[in-house]
Amino acid sequence: MSTNLLNTDSLPYCKGCGHDLIAKHTTKALEKLNYKALDVIIVTDIGCHGIIDKCLNTHTVHGLHGRSVALGAGIALGLNHPDKKIIVFIGDGGATIGLQHILEAARLNLNMTVMVHNNMLYGMTGGQTSGLTPYGFRTTTSYDGNPFGGYDLCGLLQSAGSSYACRILGIGDISDKLAVAIGTKGFSLAEVIEICPGFGMKLNPKRKLGEIAESSGRKPGEWINRRDKFEMPVTKKTNNLFERAPLIKKEFTHYLKQKTTILISGSAGEGIQLAATILSKASMRSGLSVTQKGSYPVTVGVGFSAAEVNLSDKHIFFHGITQPDIAIITSEDGLAYAKQRIKQMQNGMLIIDTSLEKPITKAEIVERDFRMVGAKYAALYAILYYALKTGVISTEAVFKTLDQEGLQDKFPLALIKDALVK
Amino acid sequence: MHKKNKDSIVLTDGSCLIIEALARAGADAFIGYPITPANLLYQYGSQRMELMLSAPDEITTLQWMSGLSMTGKLPVTATSFPGFALMTESVNMAYMMELPMVIILVQRLGPATGTATCGAQGDLLLLNGIISGGHPIPVLATSDFEDCWVLAAKSAEIAITLRTPVILLTSKEEVMTHRSFNMKNLSDISPVVRKEYQSAQKYKPYAATNLVPDFIPVGQNKHQVRFNASTHDQAGILQHSTKEAIDNTIRLEEKITKRMQEFQYYILDEQEDANTLLVAYGISASAARSATSQLREKKKKVSLLIPQTMLPVQDIYLTKCLEYQKVIIAEESINNQFGRILFGQSIPDHVTCIGSIAKMITPEQIVEEVYL
Repeated sequence: MSTNLLNTDSLPYCKGCGHDLIAKHTTKALEKLNYKALDVIIVTDIGCHGIIDKCLNTHTVHGLHGRSVALGAGIALGLNHPDKKIIVFIGDGGATIGLQHILEAARLNLNMTVMVHNNMLYGMTGGQTSGLTPYGFRTTTSYDGNPFGGYDLCGLLQSAGSSYACRILGIGDISDKLAVAIGTKGFSLAEVIEICPGFGMKLNPKRKLGEIAESSGRKPGEWINRRDKFEMPVTKKTNNLFERAPLIKKEFTHYLKQKTTILISGSAGEGIQLAATILSKASMRSGLSVTQKGSYPVTVGVGFSAAEVNLSDKHIFFHGITQPDIAIITSEDGLAYAKQRIKQMQNGMLIIDTSLEKPITKAEIVERDFRMVGAKYAALYAILYYALKTGVISTEAVFKTLDQEGLQDKFPLALIKDALVK
Repeated sequence: MHKKNKDSIVLTDGSCLIIEALARAGADAFIGYPITPANLLYQYGSQRMELMLSAPDEITTLQWMSGLSMTGKLPVTATSFPGFALMTESVNMAYMMELPMVIILVQRLGPATGTATCGAQGDLLLLNGIISGGHPIPVLATSDFEDCWVLAAKSAEIAITLRTPVILLTSKEEVMTHRSFNMKNLSDISPVVRKEYQSAQKYKPYAATNLVPDFIPVGQNKHQVRFNASTHDQAGILQHSTKEAIDNTIRLEEKITKRMQEFQYYILDEQEDANTLLVAYGISASAARSATSQLREKKKKVSLLIPQTMLPVQDIYLTKCLEYQKVIIAEESINNQFGRILFGQSIPDHVTCIGSIAKMITPEQIVEEVYL
């Protein structure tokens, strides 16, 4: 049997191998559905089935072991064309190692069809047990019969959301059954059960496909989900990320005499990073170069939250801070994180909430009840206090930044201003 | 390419610059899987790229990207070592199939999962041997914000021009730190023009012109297209070891080693009569730049080499390292990975490495080493 999609009727498989049947009836099914060769992309996995490429007139892709469904999914996503058909040939071994890829393609209901050549063992590598080997089926690595059952692949597929899955015995003309899978809009899979003549038949003489399927609880059938076909999600995009990074113009004067390193340390959820950003932007508004980086545990919602800010009137090459010139501490968490560095400060200034223990340090210690304006606002109050205390930048630059960022109503500014002047 | 005159100062980060540059250079798909410290890139990719999908794992990420690349997309992803480790086989596949894509590798402290929120420069040796057979894969390393812009675009250009995956190597401190930045320093980026096979003659997917095969997307109706990750002939048909197939495998090596000579990027800032050469790439280049500035202010003569094209390694790096009496390599690792790539296990006595683990190398460390 040769077809327009196959360039030979002599396929490179062992005599009696079900792969021959699947390849010929897949192409026959495609022709029944009027597909032209170049409308079809056949992606093959690693395994005996994967040597079919040279016999196909379609586009062909030969990938890695177990990954062919994900690779085909990428093609389906890239083409996203209703008249193009992506078909993946994979074995039971590939389906085992690549099970996640199959479930994912089913979950998304991508427009593609997977043909699982389930000969119940790894044929190409010597007849080893796979995840689809039925209970009791003998392989070269389970001479007494597989002690475990195989996956119910079609059942998994239905659960994952595939539009269509079927299990077929690889006997006779299966093209009509394969055509149902191929003709499905959305994800479809046909699991064709066959016996490898090289290993399966020899190790399991006299066993028949129907009996194996029956006894292992893997009867032929169809598993259907009524779903809409895949549509590429349409989401709002920007055509310029910089649109979200507002320009900052110099409007204020700074009085910074030398590069200054600032450590702001407090608790997660108390606005440390936002305060650092406001300080950075206010400093930029005052004509300074800045760097800003955050530090926090991997669980971003608990524990400390710290920010390191460099201010300079020159370009800043290096943004790392070993010992800060200024340490601003607003909570116990922040103090615990920064304590060692504060102790090593030989000069500079420690600006710290009055409620906290004062570490031994050679830095000038300035305390203030920052938390009285509310824990979430203490960091903003602290950077405003830093501006007022040092005069490096003006508090007006900070307030202008809050205004420009649309944050003026997010903070109790009247309370903070009142506290500042006391 | 030209730069603008008017100051345009923003507070931004390297992730934003990289993704915007890639998008302007023609990258049109981002496949993401979360991993610290590459998450900002994922976030920006989702906002900027025409097609964005969240993959369930990093193997799927690379496979989806490969499929997309076959259809003519230029896909991008961002990851860190644990994710990149999962991608390794698929990177080899894309390399063998000759699929353009850009992988942004954000280095963090290893081994294994190490410390997700701590920067490092520990992946260069891994990249130097990532392709089975020892074939080189193009690796560019960003050393500052301008590099995030320029080299990201160059990564896209290399990927398309040479039909290959390209690694853009960076680190946590480079992509997560915000800086005031004047956008007038950014050059214009034009989309990379992809030339597709135009002839009416039968298309041979791996017949190369100037070492690079012509591209035509899978699924079009003019020519049959074959992609193959196994050893294959020019038609893309699996072969054991025929001459044509092995020649094709050899061509892959030659393609990168020879054609990457068109993409030699580095900064060489030499001072006349300087005896000392500072060498630093990636995040450590910021300390080296600062140290250079400090030393020169003190009238200490010093030259600076910042490699940007990391792999395949460029001859000039070795040449320059052999010209100076004293060479100091700064790298945030404990095993001088770049030095070992240049010199193997026999690093000359005049070459020293300032290493570091779990903290950035400081300018002061470099200055001190210069005076030793």
